[in-house]
Amino acid sequence: MAKITKQEVKHIAKLARLNLGDKEVEKFEKELSLVLDYIKVLDEVDVSTIEPTSHPFKIKNTTRKDEPVSDKSNDQAEKIIGLAPDTKNNYLKVKPILK
Amino acid sequence: MSLVDLNIKQIHSGLKKKDFSAFEICQEYLGRIKSKDKEISSFITVDEEAALNKAKQADELIAKNSDIPFLFGVPCAIKDNMMVEGLKCSAGSKMLENYYSFYDATAVKKIKNENAIILGKTNLDEFAMGSSTENSFFGPTKNPVDLDRVSGGSSGGSAAAVSAKLSAFTLGSDTGGSIRLPASFCGAVGLKPTYGSVSRYGLIAFASSLDQIGPIARTVDDVKIVFDSIKGKDSLDSTSLDYKEDSFDFSVSELKIGVPKEYFVKGIDPEVEKAIKNAIKKYENMGAKIEEISLPHIKHSLACYYIICCSEASANMARYDGIRYGYSENQKSKNLLETYLYSRENGLGEEVKRRIMIGTYSLSSGYYDDYYLKAQKIRTLIVNDFKKAFEKVDLIFGPVSPFLPFRIGEKIEDPLSMYLVDMYTVSVNLAGLPALSLPCNDPGKLPIGLQIIGKPFEEGKILKAASFY
Repeated sequence: MAKITKQEVKHIAKLARLNLGDKEVEKFEKELSLVLDYIKVLDEVDVSTIEPTSHPFKIKNTTRKDEPVSDKSNDQAEKIIGLAPDTKNNYLKVKPILK
Repeated sequence: MSLVDLNIKQIHSGLKKKDFSAFEICQEYLGRIKSKDKEISSFITVDEEAALNKAKQADELIAKNSDIPFLFGVPCAIKDNMMVEGLKCSAGSKMLENYYSFYDATAVKKIKNENAIILGKTNLDEFAMGSSTENSFFGPTKNPVDLDRVSGGSSGGSAAAVSAKLSAFTLGSDTGGSIRLPASFCGAVGLKPTYGSVSRYGLIAFASSLDQIGPIARTVDDVKIVFDSIKGKDSLDSTSLDYKEDSFDFSVSELKIGVPKEYFVKGIDPEVEKAIKNAIKKYENMGAKIEEISLPHIKHSLACYYIICCSEASANMARYDGIRYGYSENQKSKNLLETYLYSRENGLGEEVKRRIMIGTYSLSSGYYDDYYLKAQKIRTLIVNDFKKAFEKVDLIFGPVSPFLPFRIGEKIEDPLSMYLVDMYTVSVNLAGLPALSLPCNDPGKLPIGLQIIGKPFEEGKILKAASFY
């Protein structure tokens, strides 16, 4: 059985920028082990010569002209900033990154 | 007969003949939502005032010119993970509880251009992650056929609203079955279109290589009308594709229907199996040729799907950082890392966290080859299985789900058993194919959906075949 440890759960949570309480760590330890165990069925398949698929159809990168598009309303920027939880003078406020 | 009993075609001809006004239908629906939705909870937002205003405007337009498009004046609702300008767009999450859309999703814009009347936004599993709508921050949507049972998910609100006649049609989204499953559970018709046939612009991303917007309605004809309105290439979605228009005109006796032998195995509810086999028999009796086919890798599709959808979800969910929009602990945090950690901890629900964890694990250093890359290779095998099958048959028939609509609370504590609900639907998304859920159980019983799968861009063939039922 695939066994994922508490340490691993904490490591993954840190990578995912998720704070987990002790109870959640314990819960995920059990649940993720079960899910990963289920996923192990894929080991039955020999894929050594198979190419991966990342998209259902083979489409190439599509681009459009890089031109400014004017919208009927000119207050979109204001609305976008207005959605931010913490702002000052129309800037987003962010906590210090460096100590 | 009440106005809410009319399908889109009937509304269309009634409006043209001035049997009733758009305002009257809109009022009738809003009244019904008020009296019925307390027990069903299919709506998160009802926009009464705007809907009535739009309906009034529609009536003024039709007084001048009665040459109207099909969706003109037709009351509808939109899954709450698609942008409708000016309305809240919560994605069923605490994270976006107070998020307002400042633009329209392309699919929404298209139905608005036909003057469809948007009544409101419908409930869903948080960020469309789930199979029962029990993962919504706003509580589950109940199945209108049996209120003790789930509506299916993740577009449970959209399917229940159609089934309970709270909306003439709705838009849903389908990443691994999220249109077909709730349509099946609620007894509605739901179409998951070919990947790329409907623009995803303005749809909140869950797993970008799988997500697709589609219609849920009461009849096959209505689904076709809505699909024809929303499909087509969009410069705002680089994965959208030109829709190759094909007219499909054939009789049932020309149809070759494939039935995968892998579909009827241990685990399927006998009542579901019986209903699906009866439906297939009905086509056979009408003259269609039924052929047993094999999709040898289908048994691996669920594991493959959950690795891919969780990996993509973990990347898509990284945008919820507590800084630009959504639930935030920024003001209480000491540094940027704390803003991330606590905003996500307190703003996201359990299933979303679970999928972020599975996805992050699958993509992390040391596991990437064993999980994500491997799943992508299995995906190739599944795509090839379908290609091979479609060399021999026109359409593939099977169940939408192995289970009948289950009771609320029955599976929510066991994530793996919940994932098994999707065993027949996820492979279709992995291969980017179109598929329909068509109600096929006897009236009065719990609904069961027949799944009809087609080749890419052959929605027309699926819908034509479904119209024979």
